[in-house]
Amino acid sequence: MAVETLEPTPSQPAPAVRRNPGTLAPKPRSWSIPKTPGGWIVLAVCTLATLGMLVPVYVIITTALSGSTGAPNFFLAFPDAPSLDAFKGAWTKLHGSLANSLQITIPAAVISCLLGSLNGYLLSKFPFRGSNALFTVLLVGMFIPFQAVIIPVFQFLNMLQLQGSLIGLIVVHIIYGIPITTLIFRNYYEGIPSAIVEAAAIDGAGIWKTYLRVMLPLSVPGFVVAGIFQCTNIWNDFLFGFILASPAAWPATVTLNNLIGTTTVDYSELMAGAVLVALPTVVLYLVLGKFFVSGLTAGAVK
Amino acid sequence: MTTSTALPPAPVPPVSARPRFKKQVPHNVKTSRRAAWIFAPSLLVSFVFVYVFIGITVYISLSNWKIGTSPDLTLRQPFGGTYGEIIQEQRFQADIRNVVIFTVIFLVLAILGGLIAALFIHHVTVGKGLFRTVFLLPYALSFIVTGVAWRWIFAPSTGVNEILRSIGIQNPPGWTTDTTILGALNDPSGTDFLKVQLGVPVALLPIIFAAAWQLVGFAMAMYLAGLASIPEEYMEAASVDGANTWQRLRLIVLPQLWPSTITCFVLLLHVALKIFDLVVAMSGSGPGFVTDVPGIYIYNYLTSRYDKASAMAIILLLLTLAVIVPYLIRGYRKERKA
Repeated sequence: MAVETLEPTPSQPAPAVRRNPGTLAPKPRSWSIPKTPGGWIVLAVCTLATLGMLVPVYVIITTALSGSTGAPNFFLAFPDAPSLDAFKGAWTKLHGSLANSLQITIPAAVISCLLGSLNGYLLSKFPFRGSNALFTVLLVGMFIPFQAVIIPVFQFLNMLQLQGSLIGLIVVHIIYGIPITTLIFRNYYEGIPSAIVEAAAIDGAGIWKTYLRVMLPLSVPGFVVAGIFQCTNIWNDFLFGFILASPAAWPATVTLNNLIGTTTVDYSELMAGAVLVALPTVVLYLVLGKFFVSGLTAGAVK
Repeated sequence: MTTSTALPPAPVPPVSARPRFKKQVPHNVKTSRRAAWIFAPSLLVSFVFVYVFIGITVYISLSNWKIGTSPDLTLRQPFGGTYGEIIQEQRFQADIRNVVIFTVIFLVLAILGGLIAALFIHHVTVGKGLFRTVFLLPYALSFIVTGVAWRWIFAPSTGVNEILRSIGIQNPPGWTTDTTILGALNDPSGTDFLKVQLGVPVALLPIIFAAAWQLVGFAMAMYLAGLASIPEEYMEAASVDGANTWQRLRLIVLPQLWPSTITCFVLLLHVALKIFDLVVAMSGSGPGFVTDVPGIYIYNYLTSRYDKASAMAIILLLLTLAVIVPYLIRGYRKERKA
C-alpha cells in the first residue's frame, strides 16, 4: 500500500477535490437511491440518528402547543387539542426582552464587523513587523472565560454610568467581538489577490482609499459570514446580559431563564418562550446555512 | 465568544486549496507604519479589556475586597490566602470534580458522535444536506433554550422517566436532583482535605447529554470539512492496492482527519471548561453542589466575595489557557513557516 507516501503536506495546496477525473464515468448525480445493501444501511442509520436529534425540537414544539390544557399524558405524544395560548403568555412576558436583544445585537454586530474588517484588511495586506505576534496576542481574547474580566468590566461600566444599560452591553459585545471578527476577515482577505491592492496603490490610492473603494465592495461575503456569526453569538449570549444588565435591559435569554420559577414551572409557556427566543437564529441558520457553516470553518487559527 | 454555544471559527482543513497572496504585496516602511497606527486603537482596547482586566482580577483575588460597593484593596495576609481558603471548600472541590467529569464525558460523546455522524453523512447518497442541516441545527440555539428543553426531558416526573417506568424501572433516577455518585472512589470523613466523593455524579449526565446534543453538529461539520479535503486519489490508490473499507478508514481517513480532531478537541474543551448558561438553565448548583461548576461559583460570589469570585475566575482562566495557548502558538508557528 502506498500509504507511507500520503503524509499531508500543509505548505502545499492540495489538489482541488476532483469528483470525476476521467471522462468515461458520467458525473455522479448529487443524490441517488442507494444501490448496495451497505448504501441502504448508511441511509437507515442517518435517518434514525437524524430523527433522534430532532426529538428535543419536537418536544419543545409539542409542549409549547399543549397550551393551557396541560401537557399530554406521555411526553412524546402530540397534544390532543393543540393551541397557541402558551405563545400569547410567553409573548407578553418576552416581547420587551426580545426587543432589547435586537437593539443589542444589531449595532454590536455591525460595528464589530466593521472594525474586524478594517483590522483584517491591515493584517492581511499590510503586514508590519510583529503583526503576526500581535494578532496571536489579540486572539487570546476570544478564548478567555469572561468571568476572568467581569469584575473590572462591571466597575468600568459603573464608572461611565453605563452599568445596566443597553449601551453598556453593546460596548462590551463590540470589544470582545473584535478578535473573532478580525480573524474571520483576515482569513477572508487572504483569499483576495494582493494585485488588486497593488493596482490601487499604483493609481495613487492610500490605505484608507483602497479599503473604502476597493476592499469594502469585495467584502460582502465576508460580512455575511462574520455578521451571522456575531448575530448568533450576541443574540445567544447569557453571561453578559445576566450580570451586566438591569431588568429593563435584560436580553431575551435572561428573561427566558427567569421564566423557570423557583417552585413551579409552566412548561408549556416556557417552551413557547424557548421557541420565540430560538426563532431568529434558527431562521438565520436555515436561510443562510451555507454562510453559517463557513463561519465555523473559514476562519482559521492555522 | 461568549460562554454561549458559539465557538470561534475553527481552522480550515489542514491542506487548504485556497491560494494565498500575502507574500506578493510590495509595501514600503511608510505604509506599514501607517497600517500599524490604524490597527493600534483596536489592539489597545483589546489589550486593556483582556490583559489589563485579567491583571486587575488577579489583584482582586489577592486582596481583601469582599463587597463590590466597598473596595478594600489591601493585600490579604498571608499572601494568596484566598486561594488557600477556597481549595479547602467542599463546594470548590465539587466544582473541580464536576468540570473534569463533564469535560471528559462530553468530549468523548461530542467528538466520537461527530466523527461517526460525519462518516455516515459523507457517504449517504440521499438527503445529505438535510441530515447535515438537522445535526447542526442545535448549534444555532442558545444554551438557555437547550437547557430549557432538556430540563423537561429529564424532569424527574416526566420525560425519559416515563419511558423507564413503563419498562418496569420503579425508581428511576432523579436526574439533576439526584445526589448519587457513580463509581465513587472514596468516602470522605469530616477531617480529610478531600471533602467530596470522587466519581461520576448522576445529576451531571442530563447536562452532558444536552451539551453533546448541542455541539455534536459542530464536530460533525469539522469532520465533514476534513473528509472533503482528502484527495480522492488517495482512496482510489488504496482501492487499487486492495485495501478494504476498514483499512482505508484506519490508514488513510483517520490520520487525515487528525487536524480536525485537534481542532474539535481544543475548541470543545474550552467550551466545556467555561460551561455556565446550560447548567443555570437545567439545574443550578444542585443539592450538595452536585451540578455546580466554576462559572456558577463565580456568579454566586459576585455579590458577597469579590476575592473568592476572582480567585476562582483565575483558576478557570489558567485551565483554559493551558489548552488554548499551545494551540495558538502552534498556529502562529505554522503561519511563520507558510
